[in-house]
Amino acid sequence: MLNLVSIYRWIRVIKMGFKSLWLHRLRSLLTVLGIVFGVASVIAMLAVGEGASQVAQEQIRKLGSKNIIVRSVKPSLEQKATGQRSRAIEYGITWEDATRIRSTIPDVEVLVPNRIIRDVVWNTQWQIDGQIVGTVSWYPEMRQLQIIEGRYFNESEVLSVKNVCILSLNTIARLFPNGSPIGRSVRIGSDYYKVVGIIEDEGGVGTSTQTQSFLTQSAGNNLREEKRGSIQSIQEGMGRGDNRKATMTTPNYRVYIPITSAQKRFGETLVRRTTGTFEAEKVELHELIVMVNKEDRVEEVAKVVDNILQKYHKQRDYELTIPLELLRQAERTKQIFNLVLGTIAGISLLVGGIGIMNIMLATVTERTREIGIRRALGARKRDIVIQFLVETIIMSGTGGLMGIGLGLFVPYLITYFASMPTIIRLWSPVIAFGISAGIGIIFGIYPALRAANMDPVEALRHE
Amino acid sequence: MGSVDIYALRGIDIEIEEGEFVCIMGPSGCGKSTLLNILGCLDKPTDGKYYLNGCDISYLDDDTLSDMRCNYLGFVFQSYNLIPQLSVIENIEIPLYYQGISPNESREKTIEMASRVGLAERLYHKPTELSGGQQQRVGIARALVNNPLVILADEPTGNLDSKSGKEIIDIFIELHRQKKTIIMVTHDEDIARNAERIICLRDGLIENDERVYRG
Repeated sequence: MLNLVSIYRWIRVIKMGFKSLWLHRLRSLLTVLGIVFGVASVIAMLAVGEGASQVAQEQIRKLGSKNIIVRSVKPSLEQKATGQRSRAIEYGITWEDATRIRSTIPDVEVLVPNRIIRDVVWNTQWQIDGQIVGTVSWYPEMRQLQIIEGRYFNESEVLSVKNVCILSLNTIARLFPNGSPIGRSVRIGSDYYKVVGIIEDEGGVGTSTQTQSFLTQSAGNNLREEKRGSIQSIQEGMGRGDNRKATMTTPNYRVYIPITSAQKRFGETLVRRTTGTFEAEKVELHELIVMVNKEDRVEEVAKVVDNILQKYHKQRDYELTIPLELLRQAERTKQIFNLVLGTIAGISLLVGGIGIMNIMLATVTERTREIGIRRALGARKRDIVIQFLVETIIMSGTGGLMGIGLGLFVPYLITYFASMPTIIRLWSPVIAFGISAGIGIIFGIYPALRAANMDPVEALRHE
Repeated sequence: MGSVDIYALRGIDIEIEEGEFVCIMGPSGCGKSTLLNILGCLDKPTDGKYYLNGCDISYLDDDTLSDMRCNYLGFVFQSYNLIPQLSVIENIEIPLYYQGISPNESREKTIEMASRVGLAERLYHKPTELSGGQQQRVGIARALVNNPLVILADEPTGNLDSKSGKEIIDIFIELHRQKKTIIMVTHDEDIARNAERIICLRDGLIENDERVYRG
């Protein structure tokens, strides 16, 4: 059936459609605007939604999808009993917990124990309220953080309790406003630490677009097996003492030092002074990151970890964070978000479609006589249906294309002026265009059928 | 529903031979238009039979009726009924388009037909740019382009001054000489005198059916 003549007929029908739409340019344009804005809003909304969820997912992914993060939390019961000032509050995860987790769960690949202490960091006259992270040498690999300059401390430095430190980018900006800090020293309390490297800022609260550019997708899967064994040795090489201040708050100005040094220089009992009163607390580990060998084992391992901890902790002085779970939640949220946006955009497309149908009905009435003439000269009903349907589809199709143009442009403006990240997926313009073409067919059928079912005699008599 | 069925035609029995030039006359409301619509396959009789080229059209579906109009009939209307947004050549081409004739052949035939009615110079004009007589010639060209068995003309000179009307009638006389079958509805007895057969209708019945002999 698809011979040259029928192709020619189609071309003519389409040409004719364009011609009669062009005859009423303004009317056609106004009719199509509904579809234009509908399609543009579908694409723009999806782009904004996608951009927002991408940022959230990126932050969660930086925590590591194979990781389980265990944090020490001050138990709430103890907090109410503020009367016992003399005694240091003892809570949180211990080295013993870490060893237990490592030895009982075979799926655990790597453990990262951290002590996080808040203290003032000095470089001659510059000072910041920094967050000192006592950690192990494979921490950056685990958190997928990039070393920007210099190096991270190595295992032997950890074992020999060296006073070395790595500063995060934002710390450098405040502490060393002029010149590279490598090889120079910072002072924390009464101890000096040699700066050996610069590391990118960690995700989370203080994420800036600058840090995102340093992002790498490479997973920390090249962590060597031997690291599993080294926790024991760190623990053995740990000195004991007691010292001053620390609290856990939002991450910002970070300074990384070997965990052994943190243990030795700051001790285990940390005192916080707040206007008049002071609190002392004894926390062995502030954070323990457990990396599981396979992503699909994460949730099971998390349960086991929780069970182990529950057994040895009388009160719930720890909390588990599973980035994978957060990621799944983020994905669910995104789905709901997309559904809501899609519905709104769909309604606007529906309104646009009704507008098209309305105009097509008016057009059909206006061209009743033409329909009568065509029928008298041999047009079948089908020919009339096709003629009007093609006109509607041309309108909604052109509207769709214009909408895609606008929809690709708007997210660019949003990113430029509101500095919100937007991501346009290939399928969103495709879907939007498909919907608009579909609307052309659905809302074009009724007017076209009405045109075709007119009585030719009546139609010819129509004024 | 408050409407009363009115029978525009009651028991009409006629036979029109190939090559005849028939005029249908009668006062308003006598059923001329209804008869022409039935002859033109635009309407079906509520009762009775109509054979066109040996085909009983009362049994045909809408699509086949369309095809009959497309292949066997040519219409000339009183008010020309040209499509205003199309040019002369496009208007003439419409029946060929629905016949599904190839573009080149269709163009060729159209141009030939336009020159036969003296519109070779006006092919790309819009109908509104033409005089009434010229518009009716476009209408005739359109009716002839598919080489129909019968040409049905509904008061083709009704909207024209006498001079243009004369020109149009001359075209019909010429067509008759070429053995075309012509059925024309008219009020004008002078025009009817050109036909070889005059059928007078009154109240849906044939009042008079006479052959005119010229000589």
